Amino acid sequence: MPEGKLCNKQTVDTEEQLQALLDDKSGKQYYEEMNYLDVDSDALWATMQKTLKSRLKTWLKICAHCGMCADSCFFYLANKKDPEQVPSYKIISTLGELVKRKGQVDNAFMQTVMDTAWSKCTCCNRCGMYCPFGIDMGIMFSYTRGLCFSQGFVPWELKIGSGMHRIYRAQMNVTTEDWVDTCEWMAEEYEEDWPGLKIPVDVQNADIIYTVNAREPKHYPEDLAEAAILFHLAGENWTVPSEGWEETSLAMFAGDWGACKMQVETVYDAMTRLNAKRMVVTECGHAYRATVLEGPYWAGRKDGQTPIPTFHYVEWVAEALRTGKIKIDPDKKIKEPVTYQDSCNYIRNAGLKDVAREIMGYIAEDFREMKPNKEHNFCCGGGGGLNGIGRYREQRNIGLKVKRDQILETGCKLVIAPCHNCWDAIRDLEEEFRIGIRWSFLKPLLIHMAVVPDHLKPPEE
Amino acid sequence: MYAFVTGPLAWLTFIIFFCGVTYRAIWYFRGLNWQLDRVAYKPHMSYGIKGALRSIFFWLIPFGTHSWRFYPFFTICFFAFHIGLLFTPFFIYGHNVLLQERFGFSLWSMSDGAADFMTCMVLVAAIFIIMRRNALPEVRIITTPYDYLVLAIAVAPFVTGLLARHQVGNYNFWLITHILSGELFLVAIPLTKLSHFIGFFLSRAQIGMDYGIKRGGMKSKGLSW
Ligand code: HEM
Ligand code: SF4
Ligand code: SF4
Ligand code: SF4
Repeated sequence: MPEGKLCNKQTVDTEEQLQALLDDKSGKQYYEEMNYLDVDSDALWATMQKTLKSRLKTWLKICAHCGMCADSCFFYLANKKDPEQVPSYKIISTLGELVKRKGQVDNAFMQTVMDTAWSKCTCCNRCGMYCPFGIDMGIMFSYTRGLCFSQGFVPWELKIGSGMHRIYRAQMNVTTEDWVDTCEWMAEEYEEDWPGLKIPVDVQNADIIYTVNAREPKHYPEDLAEAAILFHLAGENWTVPSEGWEETSLAMFAGDWGACKMQVETVYDAMTRLNAKRMVVTECGHAYRATVLEGPYWAGRKDGQTPIPTFHYVEWVAEALRTGKIKIDPDKKIKEPVTYQDSCNYIRNAGLKDVAREIMGYIAEDFREMKPNKEHNFCCGGGGGLNGIGRYREQRNIGLKVKRDQILETGCKLVIAPCHNCWDAIRDLEEEFRIGIRWSFLKPLLIHMAVVPDHLKPPEE
Repeated sequence: MYAFVTGPLAWLTFIIFFCGVTYRAIWYFRGLNWQLDRVAYKPHMSYGIKGALRSIFFWLIPFGTHSWRFYPFFTICFFAFHIGLLFTPFFIYGHNVLLQERFGFSLWSMSDGAADFMTCMVLVAAIFIIMRRNALPEVRIITTPYDYLVLAIAVAPFVTGLLARHQVGNYNFWLITHILSGELFLVAIPLTKLSHFIGFFLSRAQIGMDYGIKRGGMKSKGLSW
């Protein structure tokens, strides 16, 4: 059987295909079919010849095999320094072999590549900072994932995820209608406490267009309400688009570059359609990475920029605190020791380390850094889509140990994690190891601490 | 024999070396692709250049980066090896005599004692590098015979040079071997992994531009290498 019914080289573009995949609980049949999936070596090699250019070729060629990348990788550390977790080894034995064998590999090899690319690397890019040549396995594994995807060797959840983007332009089946309804519902729900609260949809020429992670409307609608409350408190002229509101990209984790392009284009369309001054993204790391950092390239924007200036939520928060749009009640500042999870995606890969510290200065009395921190922080352990892949749950849980120990070392019981993936990983870490910590996004903390001006308070009974 | 290896063969070596290194650099730049690399090199050249220079600069300084500081033992070996490897040949008295004879100019020469010291530094560093390769599982697993070959090509001119200078055994034999191994070394630079001679700068510049342009360089003071 060259192509499976569920596991094949096709992209998921229809609801029927998607439903069939969803019906296959935990991807049992999917992975069974994968064992018989043919490798189209010629297509694989043709793709590599077209896309593997001097940067990656040079990396593969000049790697000194010096091992300086070893200790940079949290997987290596978490797996008791297993040499097979050395970043250089991981790439040489996968992408390196694919190149050497000119794509002439078999099914079993492709499965090894897949397992390595998704369960031994979260594309956190930390190793690239420790290699004397700047060889970045995060980039190379992301590339390798693209090759795997094109051959149908992709974890079940991510095949579904990329299909979601193709069909709904969101990582989950949230339609335009669902989204707009959720906005209305949340505004109504909280209006009593916050008179005048609105979630304005499709308003032209606003100062801010706000975009989210589909999990928020789907599973945590309060997050959307909290964002609205904070914009309301700050007196912002803001809006959300009815279409193009989803910033995340499971397609990026899947290596489905076609879906990546489709997804970000809807957001860019919304930016131009509504003609807002700037965009603010919710507290999500990979969403920012996908839509702001990588997206312009998928969409073919030569200046590498989004159509309007874009800001991560932490940038907006820092600005609101700096300019006094939001004031913190000194009595309500966080008194207990608190630490901050620097997300790879917007700290290491987008330079926002100082912004995060600025916020902590306003809201925390005893802020403690993890070690290492800022752009040198370790991945939470759940990045690159790993959090969501059942097949690799065990490997993911082992990887969490590094973050667990980093947190324990700070002595803090509260971890601020303004990134959905980090937030999830830290929640799972607590579930797995029971170290007695709490974790939070910024929004609920800020609402609790903010001074509410009299005119925004609900009328006295 | 001497005339041949220092004449036509030497010229051939220099030609291969210079053309090879130049070709590598051109090939590298031509192979960069803003969309595949996802770095808008051209529109943000000033950020890119700043990022590239920072990325090269810090890595050239001993203990200048987090990684160099994290591996102090290896860092010392590395710098001892490379400083010896790259600088010694230019300041050897014998080399400068040759330069004067053939091209009518010469550089400053170090004393014979210093030359011996530098040579031994390269060799000792190389021995430590080999021992480390074998001792550490994380390095052993990625080591191939090719790595040893390349290392041997790099240190051979130093071993033979030392033997020739101290006239151990047959001077002429060692002299010719020294010249040949030196030529092999130069030819190997563009043709083997030793292309990191230029590749280091190219690759560091690229990742520096990546961080300088796309990954935060426009919103921060720059990555702390
Ligand atoms: C032609 C001159 C050079 C030769 C023969 C040479 C030789 C070598 C050798 C044999 C190694 C491997 C060490 C090991 O086994 O671990 C090495 C590694 C390395 N070299 Fe060079 N090298 C040269 C020039 C340079 C230059 C100009 C630079 C940049 C300033 C450089 C940077 C590095 C780096 C970053 C490594 C890899 C990491 C490491 O092993 O420390 N090399 N070189
Ligand atoms: S990118 Fe991160 S997870 Fe992947 S090999 Fe490098 S350090 Fe490890
Ligand atoms: S640090 Fe860089 S050069 Fe050294 S083994 Fe790792 S990837 Fe290769
Ligand atoms: S989940 Fe957070 S820490 Fe982990 S890779 Fe993503 S951004 Fe980095």
